[in-house]
Amino acid sequence: MAGEIRRKTPEEFLRECQAEEAAAGKGRLKIVLGYASGVGKSFRMIDEARRRRERGQDVVVGAVQPKEPPDVEAILRKLEVIPLRMVEGGTAIDVEAIIRRHPAVCFIDGLAYDNPPGIRNRTRWQDVQCLLDAGIKVVASINVQYIAELRDQVEAITGKYPTQTVPVSFIKSADEIEIVDAPEESIDHSPADERIDAVKRQQRLAKLRELALVLAADVVDRQLIDYLRLHGIPQQFGAHERILVCITPRSNVNDMIGTAQMIAERFHAELIVGYVAQGHISASDQAALDERLAVARAAGARIEILEGENLVETLLAFSKSQGVTQLFIGHSQRSGIVPRIFGTPVDTLIRRSRGMDIRIFPQ
Amino acid sequence: MTEHGPERRRGKLKIFMGYAAGVGKTYSMLEEGQELKSRGVDVVIGYFEPHGRKDTIAKTEGLEIIPRRKVDYRGSIFEEMDTDAILARRPEVCLVDEFPHTNVPGSDRAKRWEDVQMLLDAGIDVLTTMNIQHLESLNDQVWHITGIRVRETIPDWVVQQADEVVMTDLTPRALLHRLQRGVVYGREKAARAMENFFQEQTLVALRELALRQAAHEVEQRLDPADANVGPETQAQNSKHNKILVSITADPQTAMLIRRAKRVSDFLNSECFAVTVQPTGDLSELPEKDRESIDRHLNFARNLHIETRILEAEDVASALVDFARRNQITQIFLAQPRERLWIPLLSRDLVQRIVRLAKDIQIVIVSDRETASR
Repeated sequence: MAGEIRRKTPEEFLRECQAEEAAAGKGRLKIVLGYASGVGKSFRMIDEARRRRERGQDVVVGAVQPKEPPDVEAILRKLEVIPLRMVEGGTAIDVEAIIRRHPAVCFIDGLAYDNPPGIRNRTRWQDVQCLLDAGIKVVASINVQYIAELRDQVEAITGKYPTQTVPVSFIKSADEIEIVDAPEESIDHSPADERIDAVKRQQRLAKLRELALVLAADVVDRQLIDYLRLHGIPQQFGAHERILVCITPRSNVNDMIGTAQMIAERFHAELIVGYVAQGHISASDQAALDERLAVARAAGARIEILEGENLVETLLAFSKSQGVTQLFIGHSQRSGIVPRIFGTPVDTLIRRSRGMDIRIFPQ
Repeated sequence: MTEHGPERRRGKLKIFMGYAAGVGKTYSMLEEGQELKSRGVDVVIGYFEPHGRKDTIAKTEGLEIIPRRKVDYRGSIFEEMDTDAILARRPEVCLVDEFPHTNVPGSDRAKRWEDVQMLLDAGIDVLTTMNIQHLESLNDQVWHITGIRVRETIPDWVVQQADEVVMTDLTPRALLHRLQRGVVYGREKAARAMENFFQEQTLVALRELALRQAAHEVEQRLDPADANVGPETQAQNSKHNKILVSITADPQTAMLIRRAKRVSDFLNSECFAVTVQPTGDLSELPEKDRESIDRHLNFARNLHIETRILEAEDVASALVDFARRNQITQIFLAQPRERLWIPLLSRDLVQRIVRLAKDIQIVIVSDRETASR
């Protein structure tokens, strides 16, 4: 490794790219996402290339898989393909050749490859970024297994830890994402699968399929938020469930966060734990609060410390801005001989909430 | 059915799920029909809606189409799927477009999905198409997103019974291009559609709903014994949940039922719908209230929720007693209305239930407001 120039981390790379993005003329990125090889990503992509070309667009194919199915091969024969560069130790897309050729759209079948040594960029997705920067629109395919942030989950499902991956931030930076969905039964066996029985195999595929659908939904959600912000639309659509658990130093958080975690998992919801800071609190309350926030953090929640004079107003405003669909709050039973909720924050929340559920926990 | 051979299996149902007209559901369905036919499977088209789309119509070539049945309704002729003719023809696989369609009054069955049940019962496999907007439990969310109250809905359990739900995906941008090119509708109709339903943010939100629903459908079909292999850890715990919905004459009740049912489906938990009446039945109620409650109870039953009428004067304590006896863990109530003529009545109900149900979670469901546009 001696003498090697330091390569940028994916994060540095992305940050730079995004900074440059402001400069006009950047190509659009479209991701075609699948959950297994054999789901039909290549066909869908290359068929899109064919259709675009028939509509008169200037289309090239910048990368094909080592072995494409016959129906894909048949279409490829009618398209212009810029072959991969053969370098010692592997192949890489020919960035210079593609930029010189400068098509309107470049198709990359298979995004998750590391480049062999000696190529400027370490990975293919960074090469694709260069094409985008050069103003070329790119359509690229990837399997959900090869998303860096999902590696642990993929390993838990398949037993294999993928090594060549793409950061999810790159996927989320795409202007468009399309998922190629198909029932698990339709996926052909690969030789490596022979040893596992059919039921297990189907279960694995189903879990990968779920991962892919949720990832696509998350990308779409980000696009929706961007769109709404860009157009100054304050509307929240609630297509993505978001749970806000409101805690105090005295909350019975285990019950609330346990339930929230369960519901979040089932709905693939975002879990937020919020605390409304209202002035000074005692040292013992602070300690109790910290303990509860630690529980929330351990549950994978996003922690939000909110400032506001009025508890209810603060919670409602935050909920609205974040698109919260379920608000969890504890309700104390210990208010006097005749317990009341009239006039309490919980009562006001119940009356004033719009477009969300208020879940009240006994404390 | 049983006389004809108890061993005959029920047909398999596959749904092509989309989020708007023009994403390619029918095309995908026909493509699969063609592929099955090329493999020697006996395939017919039971119902197909061409919408004048050339590419789609081309995909029907060579597939047998069962002629539609003509129905005379108030002097006009309507065409519906001829379920009897399909049953008589007895194919292996039948393609049925527009699963959520409502049949013209006077048909044997009110809904096309009920016709499809007949085909499945007869052992015929069915491929069908629907958009996410038509799923009953999402009706309020869809209204919220689109401003449109969808009338033709399919109960969630019908979709859950499907053997496969496949997402037909297309990016909203590509869909809008298709619209502009006049592929989906004629150009004039397309222009109108784009001003209304086909706005980019609406499409993106619906698409997200569809993707999340498709993910949920995949998860639901996982064998529970094996479900803990993956990332799920809490899934098992959710089985201990039981949900109670309070049924009243309030028009918000339908929304409340949908929401409670959706949560109970996602948690894999049981769901009960209960109304409390002093007489133990609806007979003493004013006609309008009786009709409303009856309709809500029917609606709940259609969604496969168990319903009860409890005899009691005190609604709050009757609900909480019932909850205790049945190990209910969550009670769903509609948001109290701020109406001047019943100032504290419904607020008082929520208050009393919260107070009585010390160990039970109370969920207050509020209106999903429609998108301001």
